[in-house]
Amino acid sequence: MFTTISRFENVLFGEFRRLQREAEAVGSFGAVNVNTTPQQVEIFLSAPGIDPKALDVSIEKNVLRVSGKREVQLDAKATRSRQERYSGEFQRVLTLPEDVDSERVEASYVDGVVRISVQRREAPKPRQIEIH
Amino acid sequence: MSTPSAVAAGTQSGSAVRSAPSFETVIRPPVDIFEDADGITLLADVPGVSKEHLNVHVDGNALLLEGEVSSGENVTKYRRSFTLGRELRTDSIEAKVKDGVLTVRIAKRAEDRPRKIAIQ
Repeated sequence: MFTTISRFENVLFGEFRRLQREAEAVGSFGAVNVNTTPQQVEIFLSAPGIDPKALDVSIEKNVLRVSGKREVQLDAKATRSRQERYSGEFQRVLTLPEDVDSERVEASYVDGVVRISVQRREAPKPRQIEIH
Repeated sequence: MSTPSAVAAGTQSGSAVRSAPSFETVIRPPVDIFEDADGITLLADVPGVSKEHLNVHVDGNALLLEGEVSSGENVTKYRRSFTLGRELRTDSIEAKVKDGVLTVRIAKRAEDRPRKIAIQ
C-alpha cells in the first residue's frame, strides 16, 4: 500500500520537477526558439542585457553560430545578496535546414532578444513538360 | 527542450485551416539583488518584454513583477514576487527596463541607513 503511494508520488513529483526544469530552461539565458516557414527560418535567442556589438553571429552553409558574453557588473560599494542571472560567455550552434541561403541573413536585437532571419532558397516547383 | 519544436509545430499547423491551440508558459525570472548603504537594486531577466508589457506592483510589503511577451500563438508570462524588508521604503521605488533587463531600485528608510556619529 505505502510502496504504491510512494511510487505514485515519485511519478507525480518527477513529472512536476520535469515541468519545472523545462520552464526554467525556457526562461534561462540563451534559450532558443526557431520558427520555420517555407520562405525563411527565424531564430529567437534570449540574451537580455548584452551589448549587441559584442555579439558574434556567423553562418557557414547551414550551420549558424551565435556567441557573446554577458558580464554582470558589481558596484564596489554594494554587496550581492542574490545571484541567479547568468554571467559569462555563451555560444549556441544551430543546424538549419539545408536549403537556407547563407547570403541572405538579417539580425536584430530588440528587448534583449536576438532575432536572426535566414531566407530559404526557392523550392523547385513542379514543372509541366510539354510533348511536341 | 521541447518548446522550440512546439513553437515550430504550432506555426506549421497555424498555416493550415485549423487554428493551432495557444501555448502559455509562466516563467520565474532569474534575479540578482545588490544591497548598498542607501537601498537595494534588483535586476531581473525578462527577455522580449517591452516597457508597455511590464508591471511592477507594490502591495504592503509585497513586490510583484509581471511581464508578458507573445509571439504568434505563444504567450510567455514572467511572474515573481518578493517580500520587502521593513527597512525599505515602498513609497520610493524606481523601475526601468532596457534590453530585456528590469532594474528596480528601492531606497532604505533614512533612519535605517548607516550613519557616522560625530564624537563631540
